Amino acid sequence: MAGNVGNPMIRMASSAKKGEIVEIRSLIMNPMTTGLTKDKAGKVIPAHFIQTVTVTFDNKPLLDIDWSTAVSANPYLAFKLRAESSGTLKIVWKDNTGGNWSADSKLTVA
Amino acid sequence: MMSKPIERRQFLGASLATGAVATAAGLGLIKPQLAFADNVAGWPEKAFDAKLLKEAMSDSVGKTDIPVSAKVKLTAPTIAENGGAVPVTIEVDSPMTADDYIAAVYLFVDHNPTPLASQFTFTPAAGKAYIQQRIKMAKTDNVRVVAKTNKGVLMASAPREVKVTIGGCGG
Repeated sequence: MAGNVGNPMIRMASSAKKGEIVEIRSLIMNPMTTGLTKDKAGKVIPAHFIQTVTVTFDNKPLLDIDWSTAVSANPYLAFKLRAESSGTLKIVWKDNTGGNWSADSKLTVA
Repeated sequence: MMSKPIERRQFLGASLATGAVATAAGLGLIKPQLAFADNVAGWPEKAFDAKLLKEAMSDSVGKTDIPVSAKVKLTAPTIAENGGAVPVTIEVDSPMTADDYIAAVYLFVDHNPTPLASQFTFTPAAGKAYIQQRIKMAKTDNVRVVAKTNKGVLMASAPREVKVTIGGCGG
């Protein structure tokens, strides 16, 4: 179960018209374990999950997310952005074991 | 906020090796969040630790009796074969302008061990209060969403029942 963590990915259009609503899709590897289950040996599997996702566009806040252990393993997340000017979208994921990952994607607004 | 988690970690360290945590958890003597390690700064631990929907709602939204509005749309499958990954889409009707926008959205699963699944804080830059993600559901249950405008107006989605064939507590 453990092992595969990180490898964040963002999928979004690289250009948009001014005022257009752009959809952003993202994916990151994380076990998202709850701390409520046991392994085959009967040992509790510790909670290991992403707790916060911070999205900015050109360093300005767009979306702040707090996640619980109820979010599925290897979390997929989609959200939207109104294209007003060209810039860089950045997502930062942090988990409860000190894990910290980021990914960004450029958007050109015509 | 600092002193309590340290005690809990010390307790964990001392008892994990003996399996006492599992035993105590089984007896309901301690709460499962004892297994959490270091929380990320600002993560709302209290609301996420709440075990009952009402507690989770009052700890996050601040209220439990919230009027249902057609503006809050929650899409989820009627039947989910795998409770470990139930896709949900949230969309709240709002102009998302500087004066009138959805500031926060809360997602609940009524009878999950901790009902608050996620909370989202939007800015008008999002253009739409829209989220799609996958959640775990322990059993057949209701999913619901509460949205809060920048002026503090609360509105809820109608609860949506998802029939779960295989519970999502394995992960």
